[in-house]
Amino acid sequence: MTSSHPTRIAARFASLAAEGRPGLVTFITAGDPDGVTSLDILKALPGAGADLIEVGVPFTDPMADGPAIQAAGLRALKAGQTLAKTLAMVAQFRAGDAATPVILMGYYNPIYVYGVDRFLADARAAGVDGLIIVDLPPEEDEELCLPALKAGLDFIRLATPTTDDKRLPAVLRHTAGFVYYVSITGITGAATPDAGRVSQAVARIKQHTDLPVAVGFGVKTPEQAAAIAAGADAVVVGSALVEAVRASLDETGAATPRTVSDVVQLVQGLAAAVRGVARAA
Amino acid sequence: MNVLNSYRTGPDERGHFGIHGGRFVAETLMPNILALDEAYRVARADPAFQAEMDGYLAHYVGRPSPIYFAERLTEHLGGAKIYLKREELNHTGSHKVNNVLGQILLARRMGKKRIIAETGAGQHGVATATLCARFGLECVVYMGAVDVERQKPNVFRMKMLGASVVPVTSGSRTLKDAMNEALRDWVTNVDDTFYCIGTVAGPHPYPAMVRDFQSIIGRETRAQLMEMEGRGPDSLIAAVGGGSNAIGLFHEFLDDPDVEIFGVEAAGHGISSGQHAASITGGKPGVLHGNRTYLLMDGDGQIAEAHSISAGLDYPGIGPEHSYLHDVKRVTYLPCTDSEALAGFQLLAKLEGIIPALECAHAIGKVMEIAPTKAKDHLMVVNLSGRGDKDIFTVAEHLGGQV
Ligand SMILES: Cc1ncc(COP(=O)(O)O)c(C=O)c1O
Repeated sequence: MTSSHPTRIAARFASLAAEGRPGLVTFITAGDPDGVTSLDILKALPGAGADLIEVGVPFTDPMADGPAIQAAGLRALKAGQTLAKTLAMVAQFRAGDAATPVILMGYYNPIYVYGVDRFLADARAAGVDGLIIVDLPPEEDEELCLPALKAGLDFIRLATPTTDDKRLPAVLRHTAGFVYYVSITGITGAATPDAGRVSQAVARIKQHTDLPVAVGFGVKTPEQAAAIAAGADAVVVGSALVEAVRASLDETGAATPRTVSDVVQLVQGLAAAVRGVARAA
Repeated sequence: MNVLNSYRTGPDERGHFGIHGGRFVAETLMPNILALDEAYRVARADPAFQAEMDGYLAHYVGRPSPIYFAERLTEHLGGAKIYLKREELNHTGSHKVNNVLGQILLARRMGKKRIIAETGAGQHGVATATLCARFGLECVVYMGAVDVERQKPNVFRMKMLGASVVPVTSGSRTLKDAMNEALRDWVTNVDDTFYCIGTVAGPHPYPAMVRDFQSIIGRETRAQLMEMEGRGPDSLIAAVGGGSNAIGLFHEFLDDPDVEIFGVEAAGHGISSGQHAASITGGKPGVLHGNRTYLLMDGDGQIAEAHSISAGLDYPGIGPEHSYLHDVKRVTYLPCTDSEALAGFQLLAKLEGIIPALECAHAIGKVMEIAPTKAKDHLMVVNLSGRGDKDIFTVAEHLGGQV
């Protein structure tokens, strides 16, 4: 599947390399706290300094997520979010931003029930660039990974501290776009990763692949983001954004005038820290 | 798909039973799951492992469990000759201990020191806490907050046995959420922790491994009936939550074409009410907790909250092998409502002096319907998977009384 155009993800990592800095990947949950506010947040992210965007697809049983992202998913579902609405939201975002890569992150069941072929066609049409599906290891590649690659979507695999050198090639085989290194054994938003160990792990992965490596899970503050980004191609921040959404809501759980601006402010701080990381040429 | 002339060869190498099963888990867990698969493969082929199991099954669990001719129930219903396979007489009061013993011995072989489990009715939690006490292992049991409330006696038992019981307050606060939380624990503590799953669900190899550990129920049943009746059964019936007691009884007989097999799903307030736990009758295939199987969910693939009077059946899925046996029409899955189960509960207590767990009271509820339609020489075996002491508060409340 060689394409004459580089994908948005490849193009973005190429321009980051040209700028000589690591990237900031931000995660938000689609439809949290409601569809309109969530789209407003999404549209504001690139301007605040997000280089790539992960859009979480809400699921009732997110077994790899910690309390913050679990709660965000439940808020979104309560507000009526569906996979179809999430795709529509990406399409609306894409109408105003042709360059920022959008990656859907979630669990397989909503996609399986939507229908894999229909989903891939609709995601492509909406302007989705890649997929991160937590509960599809390489052992299940025929389910979605291979059809996605065929449909022209990057399938971004998670590598973890438990993925040893023996297993790494299998994990990387059909990975496209970038590799997502999970910096801790644990759920999203849990323990803080150790920057030194993370950069060693990234170096280990890079011996097996030319793809960029982004690092996430447990990164919360601008300082942590900068420290992790120094040893990787990009750093992912999720629970902290979702937590900022929650903290901005009124007592009924509804969005307030602060909701979008609080998230924007947080992302600006993270972006400034990450952009301050100088790259040795 | 089933090219061989057998229903007993599954799963394939990758854990598939027809379209069901598989390994839908986070990458962090995959190396552990592959290591478990390998360790189980080796243990299974090792006569020393089997001998160790057999010793504890005989002297600690109390096997073989009796098979008992329910004479008054048979007379009352006026049809099939009904036998009860008395799994409730095992140590800890249910069939769950058969599986836990196997997994704990395997965990010891693998050098794991910390055991985690999910539990609904608390029977699996009690069995796990029991064997952890016996072998000096740390034990953490995840239990939905709703179930902690309705199965209090078992919570107390687990604590007495030295386990920590963690009430789970996310989602529907029942079995499925307990399983989510156990998986989150396992992802976090991959190195030292063994996840002891309580039913024939989860990523491969769990559904096959748990089935193997439970299959002793069917093997004993065949031998015991042979001794008492000079022949095997005509029908089998068992309640299905995840499906471990049911497959334990069924597996031995899947290739006996003349044996009719019934699995009983919890129908709660009735299928049309939407408040039930009958994944096959009321669900469709989806992916949850590591496997593809029939699930209760909405049109967007969001998992529905199950409902059953029985905490052990209150789960929106079912083990993948049952989904396969339904697809190929080898086993018939029937729904049984809360009130039918309560009727079964009371009938067995009054006629046979046996108070069943609410889970297997669902099987009795369907026996009341099916047995009268059979001839008097029809041999029907019911799996009495557990005893009902844990359920007396729930039953009292539903019958409008107090304990
Ligand atoms: C006595 C008893 N029977 C049945 C079940 C349902 O589980 P399974 O379908 O795996 O046998 C339970 C589960 O808690 C139980 O305690």
